[in-house]
Amino acid sequence: MPTMTGSQALLRVLKENGVDVIFGIPGGVTIPIYDALYDEPSIRHILVRHEQAAALAAEGYARRSGKVGVCLATSGPGATNLVTGIANAMMDSIPIVAITGQVKTFAIGRDSFQEADVTGITMPITKHNRLVKRPQDLLETLREAFYIARTGRPGPVLVDLPSDVSTSQVEWVGPHPNGDFQLEGYHPPGEGDPLAIAEAARLIDAAERPILYVGGGAVSANASEPVRALARKANLYVVNTLLGKGVYPETDRQSLGMPGMHGTTYASYAINHCDLMIVVGARFDDRVTGDLKTFAPGAKVIHIDIDPAEIGKNRAADVAIEGDARLVVRALVEQVAPRERGAWEESLDQYRAEHPLTVPESDELTPQQVIQAVYEVTEGNAVVTTDVGQHQMWAAQFYLAKEPRQFLSSGGLGAMGYGFPAAIGAQVADPEAVVFDIAGDGSIQMNIQELATATHEQLPVKVAVLNNGYLGMVRQWQELLYQKRYSGVRLAGNPDFVKVAEAYGATGRTVTRPAEVRPALEWSLTVTDRPCFLDFRVAPEESVFPMIPAGKSFSDIWETHPNPSKGADR
Amino acid sequence: MKHTIAVLVNNKPGVLAKVAGLFARRGYNIDSLAVNATVDGNYPDPAGDKYSRMTLVVDDEGDPGIMDQIEKQLDKLVDVVHLSDHTQTQVVRRELALIKIRATPEQRSEVFTVCQIFRALIVDIGEGVIMVEVGGAPEKVDAMVEVLRPYGILELVRTGRVVLVRGQRMT
Repeated sequence: MPTMTGSQALLRVLKENGVDVIFGIPGGVTIPIYDALYDEPSIRHILVRHEQAAALAAEGYARRSGKVGVCLATSGPGATNLVTGIANAMMDSIPIVAITGQVKTFAIGRDSFQEADVTGITMPITKHNRLVKRPQDLLETLREAFYIARTGRPGPVLVDLPSDVSTSQVEWVGPHPNGDFQLEGYHPPGEGDPLAIAEAARLIDAAERPILYVGGGAVSANASEPVRALARKANLYVVNTLLGKGVYPETDRQSLGMPGMHGTTYASYAINHCDLMIVVGARFDDRVTGDLKTFAPGAKVIHIDIDPAEIGKNRAADVAIEGDARLVVRALVEQVAPRERGAWEESLDQYRAEHPLTVPESDELTPQQVIQAVYEVTEGNAVVTTDVGQHQMWAAQFYLAKEPRQFLSSGGLGAMGYGFPAAIGAQVADPEAVVFDIAGDGSIQMNIQELATATHEQLPVKVAVLNNGYLGMVRQWQELLYQKRYSGVRLAGNPDFVKVAEAYGATGRTVTRPAEVRPALEWSLTVTDRPCFLDFRVAPEESVFPMIPAGKSFSDIWETHPNPSKGADR
Repeated sequence: MKHTIAVLVNNKPGVLAKVAGLFARRGYNIDSLAVNATVDGNYPDPAGDKYSRMTLVVDDEGDPGIMDQIEKQLDKLVDVVHLSDHTQTQVVRRELALIKIRATPEQRSEVFTVCQIFRALIVDIGEGVIMVEVGGAPEKVDAMVEVLRPYGILELVRTGRVVLVRGQRMT
């Protein structure tokens, strides 16, 4: 049997799992791995400037491509810098494998230089993690990591590699056809219980006011096609979570968009009035439900999820189907009867017409206008990433997604700084795509150093910053819920973003007037060899509506500003 | 209500921390825990070092939904091979305690009699002290502790509960 170093074996397992790009930064204990990379031209290494960006770029890559993303960091601070990205992948069920270097096995536990208990630190934020203490465990552990990351409910898996393991000799054994690892305790559900599926079909046929509620699980399961077929056959109106955007085209008449805190009024209305909710890969997050006691009060629930622990966690299910959403929904499509529900459809259409989402009329440059223009100029075909905050919610409202894996956002963790690295990852995964990172002036600064990465890699990522000079979502809550006592939200000291971009070798333009928006966006599309940074100076105190305040109900919704005299007493 | 859960886990480093951490971060309390390498006929293991058995006693604090979540979340851990709730099943339950009490030479025979009734053992006698070992169902251990309390308990250690299903059924 051939022998090789642990580092060479690592790269071979990566290739065996289809990995052609990794995002990382080297350090002392990962030099052996980088030394092996030197001889491995088929794996592209993208040198980021902060490990958090390595994890988030790996996620952007994974979300766009549907493959497992890989990031690589050194021990201690390198690994701890990954933590936010790993937690994000855990909350949003994104398959990534994080490889971290570790100090030599005999140095572990001695507070050695750049030592951190990384498997301990990441225990609650990984689907699985493992410290490889013996070279003979390396192959099995790595193969398990990829298998666990991509199967079942996907998620991050971390493998911690002491440097003496990566330099030791390993006997190479090829992958066994049945897998050369045993995971007795890991059995992702498959097709779902046929009796439960039949019962679900019966409930759908009988429902007068059904709603299909799709989430990120439908994206992970590649269930878009059967979900669309189900909606069309049974005439179901569809609401989608932030992570479920595009599973059902938001441009379609049957789509009501996103419900919840900043969702459309009509999506929340539909949920509040439905008699049956068919939930596909969604988990009743508090940003969707608000007060659980008053959420969808009259609805029976069919809950389809690959993770049994999600079923019944926040909302009891009348029919629970543990399984792969693609297979389960496919079976449902065959069993449901075509049917019209005239009165319900009419009431939803009418309610939507009476409560539309609107771009505010204004002489000022408003954030909604900018996103609307991005949508129009890209003809709705861009891959959009966002950071977290007001701009994220406006992007969710006004950039309608036609396809899954088109709108990439940090949902569960709500991690500012996500958008730009994720855009880099998405652009690497899909070089032909037009990739727009819609960001805020606060959040872009959390990973702005990646301008170096994107410029060096000649990635034509567009960054549209909605620059309002505030940490806008917190400012909005302080305005609406804390008597306009603005505390810690003014972003005084913002740089000239275009100059920053240019200093890195990227390009950009500052936009201050509505008339300049479209020309700037059209110009950005002509930049193909470097990032393009658009700094939109938008109205500083615009707020996101509709809004259902945290923990409240649909009946508490603010469709517009509850106190339009804003600003008077400041 | 208290639930007894038997969990078969991979005998690997960090697994106990993963289980304990899961309870801590989701706000569940562990009343008692026993863990050791084990044998389970359903899972071949010629060397006898692949698996450990954890037996946990958990209080559902009056919310039956909590146990459902605890079991599902435990089951999600890759290193958890199998688990079952034995609160309602026919099981043999055992705990063991070592209790060191004050006892004058005149009290020794009295303590000896008490121990006979509880089928407990006197495992050490020193100057003014007696150490008692009592094993059995948790209620019996509780009762023994109460009977010995008036003598003055100097030290007490008690194991976590272990259970095994009666008959041919596997735990």
